Amino acid sequence: MAILIDARTRLLVQGLTGREGTFHARQAADYGTTVVGGVTPGKGGSTHDGFPVFNTVESAVRATGADASVLFVPPSVAADAVMEAADAGVALIVCITEGIPTLDMMRALAFLDGRTSRLIGPNCPGLISPDRAKAGIIPGHICREGRVGIVSKSGTLTYEAIHQLTRLGLGQTTCLGIGGDPLIGTSFIDALELFEADDDTEAVVLIGEIGGTAEEDAAAFIRASVRKPVVGFIAGQTAPPGRRMGHAGAIISGGQGTAAEKMAALSAAGVTVVNSPSEIGAAVAARLKPEDGVGVAAGTQSGV
Amino acid sequence: MKIHEYQAKALLTRYGVTTPRGAPVFSAAEAAEATERLGAGRVVVKAQIHAGGRGKGGGVKVADDPATAARIAGEMIGMTLVTVQTGPAGRVVSRVLIEEGLDIATELYLGLLIDRAEQKPLFMASAAGGMDIEQVAADTPELIHKVHIDPGLGLAAFQARGLAEAIGLTGVPARKAAALMERVYAAFLAVDASMIEINPLVVTGAGDVLALDAKVTLDDNASFRHADLADLRDLAEEEPLEIEASKHELNYIRLDGTIGCMVNGAGLAMATMDIIKLAGGEPANFLDVGGGASAEQIKSAFQILLSDSKVKAVLINIFGGILRCDILAEGVIAAVTQLGVDVPVVIRMEGTNVDEGKRMIKESGLKCSTADSMGEAADVVVGLAAGA
Repeated sequence: MAILIDARTRLLVQGLTGREGTFHARQAADYGTTVVGGVTPGKGGSTHDGFPVFNTVESAVRATGADASVLFVPPSVAADAVMEAADAGVALIVCITEGIPTLDMMRALAFLDGRTSRLIGPNCPGLISPDRAKAGIIPGHICREGRVGIVSKSGTLTYEAIHQLTRLGLGQTTCLGIGGDPLIGTSFIDALELFEADDDTEAVVLIGEIGGTAEEDAAAFIRASVRKPVVGFIAGQTAPPGRRMGHAGAIISGGQGTAAEKMAALSAAGVTVVNSPSEIGAAVAARLKPEDGVGVAAGTQSGV
Repeated sequence: MKIHEYQAKALLTRYGVTTPRGAPVFSAAEAAEATERLGAGRVVVKAQIHAGGRGKGGGVKVADDPATAARIAGEMIGMTLVTVQTGPAGRVVSRVLIEEGLDIATELYLGLLIDRAEQKPLFMASAAGGMDIEQVAADTPELIHKVHIDPGLGLAAFQARGLAEAIGLTGVPARKAAALMERVYAAFLAVDASMIEINPLVVTGAGDVLALDAKVTLDDNASFRHADLADLRDLAEEEPLEIEASKHELNYIRLDGTIGCMVNGAGLAMATMDIIKLAGGEPANFLDVGGGASAEQIKSAFQILLSDSKVKAVLINIFGGILRCDILAEGVIAAVTQLGVDVPVVIRMEGTNVDEGKRMIKESGLKCSTADSMGEAADVVVGLAAGA
């Protein structure tokens, strides 16, 4: 098993006919994902790289039975595209777009509230369940199927973690980038809850960043509700306060959101927190050793 | 984007928020004229820089006549103002705000931003105005009153009235403060602000309510729909290398260390800074070349890195996803050959087309070290920087 996407996922690509949409729809299909079509307003009725194009998400869903959508649409219209997908009842909406105005995202999240759709992102690399399906831009060739779940605010740092695991022979159930914006759909806690309930996931890697309190909230959740071993890393230990480090959310302000606070909170919750990003893979391997009876046993029991 | 106090006040005034009468000036002569125009009486001369704590740093002074205002303005303009927020280097003052002096009875605090956890706007108000609000929040959090705003409905009148009462206002000032809050919220939405802070909000002896200071930060992601606000940007407040980087769509932040870093992705860039520090070095910058950088951008990035004379060695850490390692190699080779790089370079690349990238670097005959892991790369570059 995996979380959120698997071989049965029927994926739609919003913004299919753009440069990024074209490239990543092809990548996803070649990886084995069932890509059922795309949406570009005004280009409905045509086909693009062999995929049928629709004017609206609603008509696309009706025609294809899509249950997931990945968005490669420009930032000025991305929040609207998220709402359109939610209104059409798409269960999983993955928004890759970077640079969406915060107020647009605030309104889109309010629109999603009370609806059944789950949003991943925005400003994220999406997700991949190795050897099954992918929605987003995580390179398939660095992944392998296995038993570690990854949830991260970052893009390339996630690839780094995946690469370390794969090199050590540790495959992944699902790798999920939740995005580095101040306002996002799926949180660390949502992802941890899914991994905890997934029979095949035996350990989880959590990669956070400075800014906000999502990692502290995740720590409280892990302490209360996660029995599987968790390995954590927080990027930005050396970042100066008041400077935004690339991601709109990655800023230490008002003395809040420092790496030290996040690392302490996670450690106190039983997470193996590594200081160096190069130690993520080895730390997971150590937590998965057979003699770590607690972690592995708990991982097995939780699925019963 | 940060803007100056006088710009923030002009913006807020557009949405009906009352602020003191005043004008920005760039010289002593203009200061005298502005003081004349405000009529008889006391004025306040306020240095305009993008940092708080100006009062304690000597950036806010009062004058009782045009000649004094001119003298003070003349001293302030051109001075380097050091405050708790500027760092030791300080900021050069290029303009001051001349504003009418007020008969202040009460100083209050108002703040409006998006609460990330609640995913809603959060209005904060406190009777402890005029002070460092972060200190108030840390020491006496009960003095800060908070109201979350429904994104669909906006700030309800009862919420504004409630905040006004919570900070001790009654009667006419309470009504005026509540109305002001609604206007601040309207401005927040209209200009796509990420933060508005009014500290202090004052009640005068006559019962008027005004924003005596104002800080507005604009959401850069929304700049595409606010072309009219673009000229509020003051490039003099920004680091020249950061301005140059932004022209090439590179995300660069200058720091104090000796090891220049070039990385793709913000998280990996921060992690690279961290691992340099763990290896005993200090990063000279944060530089994210982005997911799909071109060879040309890589070259520009290199140029920016090397413009910092503190840089003793460079670490390139690229995990190729969309950005292919061969494109990176092409950019690095072009940069090193054309720019004449005289500091050691360590390259760690992984991911898409890594073998091709490594082959290109090797065949180019560039004198640079390669590393297979981030840890190894950091150790090597720190050693090279120390030896340089």
